[in-house]
Amino acid sequence: MTTRIGVVLFPGSNRDIDAVNALTVAGAEPEILWHESVDLSGIAGILIPGGFAYGDYLRAGVIARFSPVMRAVAEFADRGGPVLGICNGFQVLAEARLVPGALLRNRGLRFVCRQVTLLPEHLDTPFTREIGERRPLRMPVAHGEGCYYADEATLDAIERDGQVLWRYANEDGSVAGPDDPGNPNGSLRGIAGVRNAAGNVAGLMPHPETAVEAILGSDDGLGIIRSLVVSAGEWASSGRIAGTRPAAAMGGAR
Amino acid sequence: MSEQTRTWRFAVNVTPKPGILDPQGKAVERSLPHLGIAGVSGVRVGRRVELSVTAADEAAARSIVDQLASELLSNPLMEQYGVEALGESEAPAVTGVGG
Repeated sequence: MTTRIGVVLFPGSNRDIDAVNALTVAGAEPEILWHESVDLSGIAGILIPGGFAYGDYLRAGVIARFSPVMRAVAEFADRGGPVLGICNGFQVLAEARLVPGALLRNRGLRFVCRQVTLLPEHLDTPFTREIGERRPLRMPVAHGEGCYYADEATLDAIERDGQVLWRYANEDGSVAGPDDPGNPNGSLRGIAGVRNAAGNVAGLMPHPETAVEAILGSDDGLGIIRSLVVSAGEWASSGRIAGTRPAAAMGGAR
Repeated sequence: MSEQTRTWRFAVNVTPKPGILDPQGKAVERSLPHLGIAGVSGVRVGRRVELSVTAADEAAARSIVDQLASELLSNPLMEQYGVEALGESEAPAVTGVGG
């Protein structure tokens, strides 16, 4: 059975077609989830794509956080379903407190659109398992607010608990600190992507979904997308997939 | 609208928390020499949101503003906020789309 992955579509999302393509290349069955939808029945995994949800007004990702679909996604994540946020999707997850930390304005103040090199860590997680061996991955970034920030205690804790999954790297393969050339936005400790404590929700600023075929310049992102698909398939076959409604506590706020 | 309710106007001032790098503030600071201005430092750029709240009393209105400020208008990981009371308004401000 093909694994169904929901691609969340907010007003202002613009990487949804890339996400659908990447999931198709990775062998999944993508399904667009409109931002007002709360019906995730049959969905085995969630991908929140990039863009400028709700215009990124106020702060990137914050208005999207309160959308009906995000209440359903939070409940889905609570049940252990795998959720991956890319770029703006990462910002939405961070604002929703589903992953630790916050994304600040790029240190150089400019919108940065270029190739970066990522070093994956912990190759046994739901979002890295299909990468294979630890090697530098090339893929693009395109964002204005991607500077990963958390206080020192949180940074220490997420490093200790294996929650940092990807870091920016310099050309010599070293981790790119905030002021290094390999770090596009000033992210602390070179952090490009993290996961939650439970391990089933992750976000990253770079775009693996636009690096899934050689014709796109790189297929280094495919391992990340495939990891999501494989994890979602396993989660679905574990029997926890369901017709879902937001839990009363989450749906209660109007 | 019940006759018991009144309307107050507030401002919420959101600024980067101390210690958080504020590249916008730095950019403003760096531009000051071009204006021939000296002696200015510690520039922090934030956001000001003004709003009207209709409630039973001012304390109730203020608690709505506090909730809004902490849950939506600011991200406590990186920002702090202060609430300014701007006084009672005559009537609820006109709101709507397309304005």
